[in-house]
Amino acid sequence: MDVVLLSRIQFAMTVGFHFLFPPISIGLAWLLVIIEGLGWRRKDEAYITLGKFFGKILALTFAVGVATGIVMEFQFGTNWAEYSKFVGDIFGAPLAAEGVFAFFLESGFLGLYLFGRNKVSKGVHFFSIIMVAVGATISAFWIIVAASWMQTPAGYIINNGRAELVNFWAAVFNPSTVIRFFHTVDAALITGAFMVAGVSSYLILKGKEIELAKKSMKIAVIFGLIVSLLELFPLGHESGREVAKDQPAKFAAIQGLYSTQDGAPLAVFAVPVMPPPELKAKIEIPRLLSWLAFGDPNAKVLGIDQFPQEDLPPLFLTFVSYHNMVVLGMLFILIMLIAFYYLLKNKLWDKKKLLRIFVWAIPFPLFACELGWIAAEVGRQPWIVYNVMRTKDAVSANVPAGDVIFSIILFAFIYLFIGSLYVYLLFKEIKHGPEMLTVKEVHE
Amino acid sequence: MDLNVIWFLLVGVLIIGYAILDGFDLGVGVLYLFVKDENEKRIYLNSIGPIWDGNEVWLLTGGGALFAAFPVVYATVFSGFYLAFMLLLASLIFRAISFEFRGKVSSQGWKKLWDLLFAIGSLLPSILFGIAIGNILRGLPINMQGQYLGSFIDLLNPYSILVGLVSLSLFTLHGALYLTLKTGDEIRNKILPWISKLWIIFILLYAMASFFTMFEAPYLFEGVLNNFLFWILFILMLASVIMMPVFIKSGKYFMAFLSSSIMIAAMIGLSALSLFPRLVPSRISLDFSLTIYNSSSSQNTLMTMLIIALIGMPLVIAYTFFIYRVFKGKVVLTKESY
Repeated sequence: MDVVLLSRIQFAMTVGFHFLFPPISIGLAWLLVIIEGLGWRRKDEAYITLGKFFGKILALTFAVGVATGIVMEFQFGTNWAEYSKFVGDIFGAPLAAEGVFAFFLESGFLGLYLFGRNKVSKGVHFFSIIMVAVGATISAFWIIVAASWMQTPAGYIINNGRAELVNFWAAVFNPSTVIRFFHTVDAALITGAFMVAGVSSYLILKGKEIELAKKSMKIAVIFGLIVSLLELFPLGHESGREVAKDQPAKFAAIQGLYSTQDGAPLAVFAVPVMPPPELKAKIEIPRLLSWLAFGDPNAKVLGIDQFPQEDLPPLFLTFVSYHNMVVLGMLFILIMLIAFYYLLKNKLWDKKKLLRIFVWAIPFPLFACELGWIAAEVGRQPWIVYNVMRTKDAVSANVPAGDVIFSIILFAFIYLFIGSLYVYLLFKEIKHGPEMLTVKEVHE
Repeated sequence: MDLNVIWFLLVGVLIIGYAILDGFDLGVGVLYLFVKDENEKRIYLNSIGPIWDGNEVWLLTGGGALFAAFPVVYATVFSGFYLAFMLLLASLIFRAISFEFRGKVSSQGWKKLWDLLFAIGSLLPSILFGIAIGNILRGLPINMQGQYLGSFIDLLNPYSILVGLVSLSLFTLHGALYLTLKTGDEIRNKILPWISKLWIIFILLYAMASFFTMFEAPYLFEGVLNNFLFWILFILMLASVIMMPVFIKSGKYFMAFLSSSIMIAAMIGLSALSLFPRLVPSRISLDFSLTIYNSSSSQNTLMTMLIIALIGMPLVIAYTFFIYRVFKGKVVLTKESY
């Protein structure tokens, strides 16, 4: 088998598995900032109990995130050596910065948060969860800087057969960094909100620590509604506009626009069939795509017919992943809106069906995250650095296919094993529920 | 001093930081193999519980810094050591999660499984660290184009395995010294006899490795014996090796741990000094070696990275100290413990 394809499979598998965990960690960390903050300000031990409970889920998730993240740091060198040599002058810096500014912060303060509750003052303890959340978010920033540079490279020249840094800030704040950062972090916040909401709903349904669970449910629904709405507008919208402007071929692929049009319609639902590429069973809204992308209902949007065949990403996968992500995003808003409505009417606690939906909804923001990344990264193909370096030229020249097959099998087994144990332990933790403090602990 | 030299030093500092910090928690993991009692096991785990993750970040940051400052080395060595790296990553994965997973289910089989994975996950990186250094010291088969021509089996040569045993014994000794700071008399009295044995084993292995280095990589000694710095590091290392048992005898455990930390720094310093300005010597011809000049990033990037390091590292060191201070002293098991 082809080493390029094998290394792509390995990267997709390892990064796809890894990214199940950071969104939960980032989202939970920020929700814990709210929960611990309320506990600290109101001196209410209910929030401390909640903090300890969700802190355990954070610790479990964080551990798997760290474990699977180590692989990512080294995989550029092991599998993509030609890429590493070509972009090292630019791409290494954000990875190093992530280590210096983020990893030390989050790992150090997570230890303090989890084990230091009785060793430091309440203020310092609250500060430690803030630092965990800040660290996790800074980590997201630097890794998105690196990922965005591959999509919309800037601040460099090609010199000595490699990309050399000319302007650090231009490379860091390349055209897609800022919007991708907010879009991704907000997705993590949605993931965290649905995790807390789902777990709280479960506790309410099972009649465990109901009063506590209602408190966390309230926080999750209010927080979740805000972040779900923000993800649609302005973040999702701006993200789409950025792609339309900077990566028109990718935009055409994810939107399923196969021929260039003035006043292009938005395909809300369709099944892409090929070849030649064509949308079947489509539901379209006339002129909406032109308007969304360029603010003008008659604007010309380039279709894939404008680009050479060898520069096009896979059409089916990009279209399907992008559209399903959008559908999920809409559903999140809908669920949160309904819950918020009942929360205001103080009827949420009786809506068993809705609470059950929340329990089942826990993994769906993760599906949306994965779909979004598939649309973004598969949409970047056949380039590893957009319009600069092709993926096929980036792979390690001297790693044999057999070695890569071995590592794919190795990681597939490890991840399957760890993934199932994670789910098992998560369920166990949730079923166990929060532990009320004993009288002695309250007074400590 | 130019930027390339500064980055040679900084990468060295990161490797030393990693070896000192993750070195002791890897060592604790190796010693964990020999512990039977559940309570004792938990004390071992919790002695490093809140801090091991921060220690491992030195490895991640070292990898990132190497990528940023010397991308050719990062690309060549990591793809060249492909299978070794995959094994290292697999063991680090299991090690990382065994802390969290082990205590979550109260069955004996479950605990045994994670005990085993934790110990292997500590043992393998401890050996691989030395094997990697051994291979770098004796040089890699790198051709004129800077491509690595060897295979996985080539990495497992006797000399490098010997250096692997040096790092294993070193980290285990270092971890044992760390444990004396975290345990009460009962457990400490079990560890103290191990320390004297490990001390002897380490010295014998290190002496053997140094002896064989003269034959495997004679170029390392060229010129360096006239270097003033070489002798300072050498004396520093010797002094800390000798002082270790003295401190232990007089019950100054922290000083003993500090000595082994200084010893690690001096040891790696000596290797780095002999390599300089090469990063990865070529066995085919020393002229094909990857050096701090032919494998570095541009001056602009090295400068940018230096600024990042100067802003970031003082912060890191400050709160690392703070966190270690919070958790200093003997381990007391509580409900939050692993």
